[in-house]
Amino acid sequence: MAPSSDVESTDTDEPLAEETLVEEVSIDGMCGVY
Amino acid sequence: MKLVEHFQYGLSSPICLTWELTYACNLACVHCLSSSGRRDPRELSTQECKAVVDELRRMQVFYVNIGGGEPTVRPDFWELLDYSIDHDVGVKFSTNGIKLDRKRADQLARTDYVDVQISLDGATAEINDQVRGPGSYATAVRALENLAEAGFAQPKISVVMTRQNVDQLDEFAAIAATFGAQLRITRLRPSGRGADVWDELHPLPSQQRQLYDWLVAHGDNVLTGDSFFHLSAYGEALPGLNLCGAGRVVCLIDPVGDVYACPFAIHDQFLAGNVRSPGGFGEVWQNSALFTELRQPQTGGACRSCMHYDSCQGGCMAAKFFTGLPLDGPDPECVRGFGEAALAARDGSIAVPTSQVDHSRPGPRPRVPVTIGMPSLRGSAGGGPAMQPDKACETSPLVGMPGDPSDSRLRVPAAGS
Amino acid sequence: MSTSAAPGPGGAALDPAAFDPAAFDPAAFDPAAPFRCSPKVAVRPESFGALVYHFGTRRLSFLKTPELVDVVSGLEHHPSVHAAIEAAGVEQSQRPAYLRALAGLAANGTIEERS
Repeated sequence: MAPSSDVESTDTDEPLAEETLVEEVSIDGMCGVY
Repeated sequence: MKLVEHFQYGLSSPICLTWELTYACNLACVHCLSSSGRRDPRELSTQECKAVVDELRRMQVFYVNIGGGEPTVRPDFWELLDYSIDHDVGVKFSTNGIKLDRKRADQLARTDYVDVQISLDGATAEINDQVRGPGSYATAVRALENLAEAGFAQPKISVVMTRQNVDQLDEFAAIAATFGAQLRITRLRPSGRGADVWDELHPLPSQQRQLYDWLVAHGDNVLTGDSFFHLSAYGEALPGLNLCGAGRVVCLIDPVGDVYACPFAIHDQFLAGNVRSPGGFGEVWQNSALFTELRQPQTGGACRSCMHYDSCQGGCMAAKFFTGLPLDGPDPECVRGFGEAALAARDGSIAVPTSQVDHSRPGPRPRVPVTIGMPSLRGSAGGGPAMQPDKACETSPLVGMPGDPSDSRLRVPAAGS
Repeated sequence: MSTSAAPGPGGAALDPAAFDPAAFDPAAFDPAAPFRCSPKVAVRPESFGALVYHFGTRRLSFLKTPELVDVVSGLEHHPSVHAAIEAAGVEQSQRPAYLRALAGLAANGTIEERS
């Protein structure tokens, strides 16, 4: 099985073929930031 | 499992912790989420604040969002800023700019691990000062000028979107560009004094659509603090976690050490504990009954069967609470119109929650006549039968939009029916 | 955080939007070299792996397996990335995926070569 990219951003909603190892999150993308 | 799924169950430490240092403020913005103005005599002392920083360091909180009131009116603000940074907790602080003279701007430019956010609610003094008071626009601009001249890299300009300023989005972007700043726009919540002016100031449904479209077209470098995830139901999800992080990813420490689930939910019902209690902040974050409850899997309630639930997650808890809506129902600004229907169906005999925590300065406050629902909906304010719209075209904000094949035909049962 | 050279004037040192995984050249990553976690990065274990915050770029990442957390925090103790992966007990079949993940972490500044 061809491995897919291992770094994903939660800003996209592409479905991934397999579980990735690293995920990036926008810290601004959380409610409550002043 | 995606990170956001883990977040729903809580974290060992908050990520976006908001810490209001003081309820004192030189301004009296009409929509202040913390109803600030007067200092509370029980404010945490300098030593107590440093003890909180020590705890945050131990918990490995990466950074803290400091606000208020106006945090810089605390004489020990600069001492606490340095203390935090020296103890591995980054600082992002929000200010109206009153103390950011050239000297302080220079100091900030030399300081690492600090971010500055200037509040501005109008691209012109005419619009801004209506909400924030005479001279506040000039104060904010002066602070931005000082930061730019001092070489402070990329301050943020934070705008609360209102009925009056939605048309100024391009101008806000231009102001940010002028000062080398990054634009941040956030949602007006009916919290604090915001409850008094929400009916009058919150964007109209057509303006929500305008805002969403603008973000999709121009919002690449515009921050939103995940404020607008309730708009994700329009289509393409906006960047961000798209979920309420109260008590799970975020929380508030208030000036007297009270810990609330969210800065927009300063109310007994969302009070988890106090940092002065044994075990301090860590104990509250990890073991308080409220946060434990919030970390239970959320079922989505009435919203669960809407096809958009996955993108909006039922919206903002605080917005629902302070408009008297059930927390397991739609957001008052639900883009499918279910919020309006729910607002119209509110039984007039149940009082909308208000917070007892109010540090507003005495004096006349703008009052808005309470309206229940939209004038065009049936059902009397005195409590007629709970009405539901029987056709999407009567109340949906998507009326007139080219084709709405995504209408789930969901009609939300009114609270109590 | 208190030891590194300051990245420059206060405020964001880099444009967080500048990181483009598609533009990263994996050939630039040398897993035979000794690495370490960047001193600008804080790694916080969670039940599900670890959260990683880069104070310079303001980026937050999530390491999704305990093994990857062990690799990243163990880098400074091993002569190469390969050795760190070995020491963390990563299964052979998983190693290519781990190398790609680590290459991404090198690209976004979470890990860096050490002398």
